[in-house]
Amino acid sequence: MEPPPAAAAPSAPHHNILRRNAVAIGFLGPALILLGVWIVYPAIYTIVRSFFGKSGFGDFVGIDNYKALFTPFTFDASANPLLWSIRNSAIWILVAPAVITAFGLVFAVLTERIRWSVAFKTVVFMPMAISLFATGVIWHVMYIKDPSQGAVNAGIGAIRSWFVSGGVLEEASPATSNVTGSTSRGFVLQKPLGSGGVAPLGLTAIPTDQVPSGAKQAVLPASKQGAITGVVWRDFSPGGGTPGKVEKGELGLPGVKLNLFDSRGAKVQGTSAADDGTFTFSGVSGSGYKVGVASSTFAPPFAGVSWLGSQLITPSIIIAYIWVWAGFAMVVIGAGLAAISREVLEAARTDGASEWQVFRRVTVPLLAPVLSVVFITMLINVLKVFDIVISVAPGSTQTDAAVIAVQMWRQSFGGVNDFGLGSAIAVFLFVLVVPILLLNVRRFRRET
Amino acid sequence: MTAYEAEAPVVIKDPSEALPARIARGAARLPVHIFLIAVGVLWLVPTIGLFFTSLLSPEDFTLNGWWKVIAHPHIATWANYSNVWNSTDIPHALWLTAQIAIGGTVLPILVGALAGYAFAWIEFPGRDWLFIVVIALLVVPLQMALIPIFTLYNHLSLYDTVFGLILFHTAFGLPFAIFLLRNFFIGIPKDILESARIDGASEIRIFVRLILPLGLPAIASLAIFQFLWTWNDLLVALTMARNTQPITVAIFSNLRQFGSNIDIIAPASFMSLIIPLAVFFAFQRYFVQGLLAGSVK
Repeated sequence: MEPPPAAAAPSAPHHNILRRNAVAIGFLGPALILLGVWIVYPAIYTIVRSFFGKSGFGDFVGIDNYKALFTPFTFDASANPLLWSIRNSAIWILVAPAVITAFGLVFAVLTERIRWSVAFKTVVFMPMAISLFATGVIWHVMYIKDPSQGAVNAGIGAIRSWFVSGGVLEEASPATSNVTGSTSRGFVLQKPLGSGGVAPLGLTAIPTDQVPSGAKQAVLPASKQGAITGVVWRDFSPGGGTPGKVEKGELGLPGVKLNLFDSRGAKVQGTSAADDGTFTFSGVSGSGYKVGVASSTFAPPFAGVSWLGSQLITPSIIIAYIWVWAGFAMVVIGAGLAAISREVLEAARTDGASEWQVFRRVTVPLLAPVLSVVFITMLINVLKVFDIVISVAPGSTQTDAAVIAVQMWRQSFGGVNDFGLGSAIAVFLFVLVVPILLLNVRRFRRET
Repeated sequence: MTAYEAEAPVVIKDPSEALPARIARGAARLPVHIFLIAVGVLWLVPTIGLFFTSLLSPEDFTLNGWWKVIAHPHIATWANYSNVWNSTDIPHALWLTAQIAIGGTVLPILVGALAGYAFAWIEFPGRDWLFIVVIALLVVPLQMALIPIFTLYNHLSLYDTVFGLILFHTAFGLPFAIFLLRNFFIGIPKDILESARIDGASEIRIFVRLILPLGLPAIASLAIFQFLWTWNDLLVALTMARNTQPITVAIFSNLRQFGSNIDIIAPASFMSLIIPLAVFFAFQRYFVQGLLAGSVK
């Protein structure tokens, strides 16, 4: 839709003015009543109410309700949850509009000359139709801490496993006193070995379900000149067996990492066990070596980032919010981009400007009005954010996550029922949007 | 045809450009394609995740991540949906939501169109001044009205009624409705209106016969916005009603024991977003237009 040009109002014939006013009242009446009763009157009521205490209009307290927001002046969710909510709102204001506008700009510019941009835009824009409340439920599921349930942590765990190899075992103990150590330091076979030596490293207390997949019957390897061989295995067979001896039914522990230390205790070689638990350190001469199981074998698995914990809850909710609104920014900025004259961009390119220079020096300055509209729209929306906070944050961290609008509701309707304080919080919120209100009015007056 | 095509710039192909150059340029854009595909997938995953979660029995949910459904489709079940559908509260909540959303869409459009017409085409003293008030009301936070309207509704017996919720949504939808429609109506050619007036048509007749049909595109945009806004509301219903629970409130009351009743929350949430998504996909074009026309809200 083209923004309609501001046309001059039709000049009414003079004798009609009275009749026209009656008509105007008829057309405007319902709207004025609704706006008056549901917005203007409440706004005045709330401002007045904010100077009275919890019990009602008989209890004038001056600016005590406003003071309560800042007393005690400590940024601590439990000591002063109200000031904490102001802090959270400040984080929202500083981060969300800027990031959303930036995402929108990047997406709009990148999709500009892509054939399948419609599909991309539809996908990114779709969350706009979903309620912020349902969005909260969606992201609550995404953020579950256990990587086997929460998709975000599962993704991080998968990426992490490319760089950090997790342990193959979680727990184990030596089967005999020949082997000493612990899972955190690793295990060492105490008996020194030389070329041709064979190292039996029996471990027990490994739950059946933790035996690495692919494990086969353990085999005690033969001695080999110029090498130290050995086997690391689950030294336990049902009904007992002899500890320290490789017996039928006992499985090797594939993937277990082994180290070879020289007589001074320095690591000289590392290897890992085969499916039957065997391993070989070749090129060994002399004696006095010791063989051990590396502690990295027992590296704990990725436990998951606590997205919904008190530390990360606000960034987590902001991420979900960005997911919703980036599409809005993209579409509005995309429309602004389409309105930029092709010739200007082509001229810059012809003059030898790189794509980055065109973007930085031509596109962004020309888009500045659109970018500011998106930014201001997001600023207003961010101040009012409510649904998504209470649906993403579990009850235990709701105070940590609360923003001003959430505290307004909690103080007024969430059990405390202090309408004086609630009104003061609402007025505080209103004062924050007044500059935007004035900006809109000024923009309108300039247009007419 | 979709909404976004209007904005897609025309790429002027240079016919003289040689094929190798085109291939080279395409290859240079490959990272952009890969990046956008990755972003697209990231943007889809959360919604798909909710859908798959809604297909898991509570036992399977605690044992498996929802993505296991892809590899093991047999663990998916519609049981959660039939349970939720056969329960009394969720279908009732959806029905109430539909009532609130339809009422909260039709009423502000009607009232807003009347006022928008007056602001655009009827001259009366103080018109610009009054319109500035409307623009100022655009950004007044809902929170400013919660306490007084709650008190008022208790006096007027509007508390906990569908009508009370509709009126609240109407009032807070009005500034945007008036702003959008006034700006659209003012673009209607003056001649049409003047000749109708000279022919002796009454203002009401002009409004019904001319303005409403001509304003249909703007009204459609507004309708979608208002529908999504009222359908998705939580705050107003949570404050102004106790037993008149639309779907968001109904899920919210289940949410307090999150995890233990994911088999209700997930399917109910998904059901709650089916209708807005359908509306969105059906009327994307108007949605985008409304967004562009009125992104000051």
